Amino acid sequence: MTGLLVAFLVSTIAAATPLLLAAIGELVVERVGVLNLGVEGMMLAGAIAAFATANETGITSLGVVAALVAGIALALLFAVVSLTLQANQTATGLALTIFGRGFSALVGAGYVGIPAPTLPKIHIPLLSDIPVLGPVLFGHDILVYLSFVILAVVAWAIRSTHLGLILRAVGDSHDAAHALGYAVVPIRYAAVAFGGALAGLAGAYMSLAYTPLWAQDMTAGRGWVAVALVTFSAWRPFWLLIGAWFFGALMYLSLYVQALGVPVPSALLSALPYIGTVVVLVLISRDARRIMLYRPAMLGRPFLARG
Amino acid sequence: MLKIEARGYESKFWRYASPILALLLTGATSGLIFVAMGRPAGLTVYTFLIAPLLQQDGFQALVVKAAPLIMMGVGLSLAYRANVWNIGTDGQFTLGAICGGGVALAFPDAPAWALFPTMLVVGTLGGMASGGLVAWLRIRFNANEILTSLMFAYITQYLLVYLVTGPWRDPEGFGFPQTALFSDNALAPRLIEDSNVHIGVVLAPLIAIGLWFMLEKTLLGYQFRVLGQATRAARFAGFSENRLVWIAMLISGGLAGMAGLLEATGTLGQLTTTLSPGYGFTAIIVAFLGRLNPLGVIPAGLLLALTYLGGDAAQINLGLPNAVTGIFQGILLFYLLGCDILLLNRFRWVSTQAKAVR
Repeated sequence: MTGLLVAFLVSTIAAATPLLLAAIGELVVERVGVLNLGVEGMMLAGAIAAFATANETGITSLGVVAALVAGIALALLFAVVSLTLQANQTATGLALTIFGRGFSALVGAGYVGIPAPTLPKIHIPLLSDIPVLGPVLFGHDILVYLSFVILAVVAWAIRSTHLGLILRAVGDSHDAAHALGYAVVPIRYAAVAFGGALAGLAGAYMSLAYTPLWAQDMTAGRGWVAVALVTFSAWRPFWLLIGAWFFGALMYLSLYVQALGVPVPSALLSALPYIGTVVVLVLISRDARRIMLYRPAMLGRPFLARG
Repeated sequence: MLKIEARGYESKFWRYASPILALLLTGATSGLIFVAMGRPAGLTVYTFLIAPLLQQDGFQALVVKAAPLIMMGVGLSLAYRANVWNIGTDGQFTLGAICGGGVALAFPDAPAWALFPTMLVVGTLGGMASGGLVAWLRIRFNANEILTSLMFAYITQYLLVYLVTGPWRDPEGFGFPQTALFSDNALAPRLIEDSNVHIGVVLAPLIAIGLWFMLEKTLLGYQFRVLGQATRAARFAGFSENRLVWIAMLISGGLAGMAGLLEATGTLGQLTTTLSPGYGFTAIIVAFLGRLNPLGVIPAGLLLALTYLGGDAAQINLGLPNAVTGIFQGILLFYLLGCDILLLNRFRWVSTQAKAVR
C-alpha cells in the first residue's frame, strides 16, 4: 500500500512539473498584461531543442540550455508581432503554437524513436533514504527542484519587490505605468521572454525526463492546460502548485487505472485530464466578478505610447 | 531609427496588398529555410507550389482538399469577426464525422436518397452540438471558449479512437483501428464519376457566398461586425452579445461538422483514428488569409490546400518531412498578422539626432 502511495505521489509530482513550469512563465506574462497562447508551441520547441542537443552532444545540461534558448527565441517572435507590430495577441499566440508544432515536427523528424540521455535523479544521502518521504520529496531530478525554487522566487518577487510592483503596474494600468516613466513595451518583452524560457524548460522536462523520447506533438495539450491553470490560480503563484498537482494526479490516474486492467476503455481514460480542465474552468470562471477582481486589467490589450 | 507612425486612416491599398506582401515574405523565408536544410530553394518552391498542380488530376485533388478548409474557414471568419475564438474546429469536424458515420454504420442498407442527406444533417448537427456546448459554457459559466473548444477537440479525438478501436471496429478488418467501409449509398455524391470530387466542392463556395451576403448585407451581419469592432457600442445599441455568441458557435461548429462528414464520406469512405490532418489549425490561417471575409476565404482555402499537397510532394520528391507544411503555415500567419500594421500605420525613418528644442 505504501508502495502504491509512493508511486502515486512521485508520479503526480513528475506529471505536474511541466505544467507548473509553463504555468509560472505564463502567469508572469499575464501579470504584465500580455496573453501569450503560444505556450504549447514554445514547449514543443523546447522539447525538441533539448532532445536533439542532448542526443548530439550526450550532455543533458546542454539540452536544457538549448530548450531555454528555443523557448526565448519563439517568445521574442511573438513579442515582435504582438507588441511592436501590435497584432491581436490571441491570433499571434495561435500563430506561435502552429509555428512551434511545425518547427518541432520538422527538426524532430530525424529523432523519432531513438533514445537520448535522460536527466539524472539527484540522490541526496540520508534524505533520499527516508521511507516514503525520501522518494516522494528527495528522489527527483534537478528540474523538479528548480520548478519549486522558481515558483517561490516568482511569488516573492511579484508580491514583495519593487520589480513586482512595476510588473503589476504595467499589467493593471499601462498608461499609468507609462506616465510614471516605466518602459511598458520593453518590460513586456522581458516578461514574454521569461515566459518563453520557462515554457522551454517545461518542454525539456518532457523530452529529457518525463517521457525521454521525441514524438511529434508529445506535449499533447499540456501547454493549453498550463494556460488554463493560470486562470484557475486567479493569477496567484502558489495556487498554480495546487492546480498542477491536481492535473498531475489526474494524468497519473488515467494511466494507473489502465494498468490495473479496470474495464474502462483506455482511450476514454486518456480524455480524463482534458475533461478535468473543462470542469475546473467552468467551476472557476462561473463567478465572473471574482475573475474580474484578480484579472490583470490590461490583459490582452495593446499598448500605444502617445506623445 | 525606423519609427511606426499612425496614418490616421485605414489604407485601402494595404488592405489588399498586406496579405500579398505576407505571402511573398513567407515564400522568401521558407526559401531560406530550405537552403539552410541543404535543398535548392527554387526547386523546393516549384515542388511545393507548382508540381502538385501539374500532376494528373492535380486540380481535382486541390479542390477536394480545399473544400473542408473553405467550409471551416468561412465559419471561423464569421466567429472571429465577433471576437468568438473558436479554435477547436478539429473537434467539431471529428464529431460531425462520428455522428454522420454512426448513421451510415447503423443503416448500411438504407436507400441512397434517404441515407446520405440524413447523414449530412446529423453530421452538421453533431458539429453544432459541440460548438453549442462551447457557447453555452461561455455564456452560462463565463468559461473561456478558446480553452474549452480546444479541450473538446482532444476529448473528441479520444472518443473517435475509442469508437474505432472498440465498439465500431470492423470485425473483418484484421484488427486495424477502423470501421467497416460505408455502403455505397452512404458516400457523398460525386460530381465527376470515378473521382473524389464530391458534392462538398460545390457546397463550400456556395456557403461562402451565402455567409458573405449575411455578413455584409443583413442586420445580423451588421451586428456581428459591430460586436467585433466596438463591443461597447454593440451593447448600447442593444445587440444581444449572447445571441451572437450562440450563432457564431453554432454556425462555425455546424460547418466544421459538415466538413468532417464530407471528408469521411467523400474521401475516406470509413472512420479511422486520424480524420483530420490538422485542418482545425489550418482553417484558422485560412480565415485570416481571407481577411475574415467569407469570399476571401475561397482563394485562401485553395492556397492552403495547395500547401498540403505540396507537403506530400516535397516528402516524396525531396525527402523533406511533410511537417514542412506546418512550419510554412505558422510563418504565413505570423506575417499576415504582422503586415496588418501597415493598414493603420506607416514606417518612417526618423533621425536619431536630437531635435531642436521648440
